[in-house]
Amino acid sequence: MMTRLNRRSVILLALATMMALLPLVFPSSYYFRVASLVWVSALAAIGLNILMGKAGQVSLGHAGFFGIGAYAVAIGPAHLGVNALAAVGIGALLSGLLAFLVGRPILRLKGHYLAIATLGLGVLIAMVITTESRWTGGPDGMPVAKLVLFGWRVSGSDTWYWITAGLLLIGTWIALNLDDTPTGRAFRALHDSETAARVAGVAVNRFKLQAFVIAAVYASVAGSALAMMNGFVNPDQAGFLHSVELVTMVVLGGLGSIVGSIVGAAVLVVLPQVLTVFQEYEHFMLGLLIIVSMIFMRDGMVPMLARLITRGRR
Amino acid sequence: MSRRMQVLRIVAAGTMAAAISSFSAMTAAWAADTIKIGSVLSMTGPASFLGDPEDKTLKIYVDKINAAGGVDGKKIELVVYDDGGDANKARTFATRLIEDDKVVAMVGGSTTGTTMAMIPVFEEAQIPFISFAGAVEIIDPVRKFVFKTPHTDKMACEKIFENIKQRNFTKIAMISGTDGFGASMRAQCVKVAPAYGVQIVVEETYGPRDSDMTAQLTKIKNTPGIQAVVNPGFGQGPAIVTRNYAQLGMSSTPFYQSHGVASKSFIDLAGAAAEGVRLPAAALLVGDKLPDNDPQKKVVVDYKTTYETTTKQPVSTFGGHAYDGLSILIAAMDRANSSDPKKVRDEIENTKEFVGTGGIVTMSPTDHLGLDLSAFRMLEVKGGDWVLVQPGS
Repeated sequence: MMTRLNRRSVILLALATMMALLPLVFPSSYYFRVASLVWVSALAAIGLNILMGKAGQVSLGHAGFFGIGAYAVAIGPAHLGVNALAAVGIGALLSGLLAFLVGRPILRLKGHYLAIATLGLGVLIAMVITTESRWTGGPDGMPVAKLVLFGWRVSGSDTWYWITAGLLLIGTWIALNLDDTPTGRAFRALHDSETAARVAGVAVNRFKLQAFVIAAVYASVAGSALAMMNGFVNPDQAGFLHSVELVTMVVLGGLGSIVGSIVGAAVLVVLPQVLTVFQEYEHFMLGLLIIVSMIFMRDGMVPMLARLITRGRR
Repeated sequence: MSRRMQVLRIVAAGTMAAAISSFSAMTAAWAADTIKIGSVLSMTGPASFLGDPEDKTLKIYVDKINAAGGVDGKKIELVVYDDGGDANKARTFATRLIEDDKVVAMVGGSTTGTTMAMIPVFEEAQIPFISFAGAVEIIDPVRKFVFKTPHTDKMACEKIFENIKQRNFTKIAMISGTDGFGASMRAQCVKVAPAYGVQIVVEETYGPRDSDMTAQLTKIKNTPGIQAVVNPGFGQGPAIVTRNYAQLGMSSTPFYQSHGVASKSFIDLAGAAAEGVRLPAAALLVGDKLPDNDPQKKVVVDYKTTYETTTKQPVSTFGGHAYDGLSILIAAMDRANSSDPKKVRDEIENTKEFVGTGGIVTMSPTDHLGLDLSAFRMLEVKGGDWVLVQPGS
């Protein structure tokens, strides 16, 4: 038990230290912007990882919840006069509620069927956002009011760096803690074998639903953070491609590895920025890198590196 | 195992830090005696038909300007990023242009979505930004540092309604796409219709990927008293609408398309069904058919020849927007005798009687587009080609 506790604090400490030290090497606020994008994406990816890596259920429509969070902070203050912070909460609540209601029937599905059902959910959310242009500004999106905290207007890439870093730390902390709770153990049982879990007395449907709701809330909060950081939202953020991007982050980093999700997010956010130097070949290089890493690191980057190092020690 | 795991997690975190810091080393800025102009275009993805000709146009003309000695004896360095049509990426590249590349001005932003996402960045940094995107929201309300070159969808509606009014029609039907372009133009048309005494009796929509619009058109056909039909939309949707329109035998009712389909590929896609369709478009589309005394004739023919001989591809109005944007910016730098962003901004606003491919531009502190309805020409498809509609008919 001691060592597990240690492991958790070491990860958190390493993450926090890195977050604190990175700004020292950043030459301009553009780097703060890229790093903030990593933190936000990582937050959504960690949530999805709890669902996919821990509880073993797939979701191909996760950007839908991201979109709900993003549009909550856009629509809330603009149309309903809701405070921006409250809108984050409302977005998370709505996402969780929707996940709860929709999750009940669709989480009874397995494998490909579940993938299709979640895909449909994501597409539906994106469609509603695109068509309800009176509320959402339609396909071109809408502006988001600046966040005001106690009379202080939050702006600037460096400020958002710290806010998103804080959010990610909290998100990581919760996700890591989950591992050692009965819920976390139930998720793992579900992941390994649903039948065995059921036999062992795990309330399969309840835990699946729980994982789905947790993942939705993570995505929603990440969506709200990105929307406020950008000062602008558009339906792409709720779109299918974004869902795929989130799944890619989780799988690339390593299913079930929380650190993996952060690494996966970092790779997918930073790489396109680095690869712009290749101009036309940018997408080719990105695709190639993903294919190669999936072939040689089938379990994802972090679990694979972990295994390599352990093997080296032996 | 768990002790090793600890080390591993730290190593993993370290790799990420290393990745980010090596990235900063890669993009070391090189300070030289050049003027840096930035651009973020949708060269790939669903909007690549906008970004690709824009990118080519910028490169051709920056090379030309540099070959001719540059601006104020300084060469221009163009930094272009591809946002793939993604507003979030565009926003990041906008930050990169300002913070990392330290550009003094920005031309580009292919779509309304990417432009709107980038506006706050340039406004905050006080760097002039000339967008190539369509919607009127970009310049209305006027933002100090934001300009644009293409006609707005509102102007397209006005041009169409002007023609409808001249033909003494009052009752029309509208069928629009639900994509960004269609939705935005639809809203503008609804807004300006009353000013022209036009009543939109029935309204239908279709999705950007729909492959048959017969149902919607049948409903319009069965509505009595419709004198004309307007179709705001772009991409292949309008071509399908046009085909269905002919199939349903509705061709006797005048049919108006928007500037969104003002390219040869629309006529190719719609085939014979396109005959008689009218649409507002920039002079570029009919450059060689313009009368010789037309002030725009020389500019559009020159641009068309340059673009087509260099790229071996047919010219499009979208590349023309990039030509206009770059030319307005360079002229402003010339007048300002400086590349100071604030002085350049003031001079862009002072643009007077600039003859571009999109029209004759005269900007002011309250008008950051500077085009009037004369910038649009009403065209009709005849014999598989565009012809100018004589005013009043």
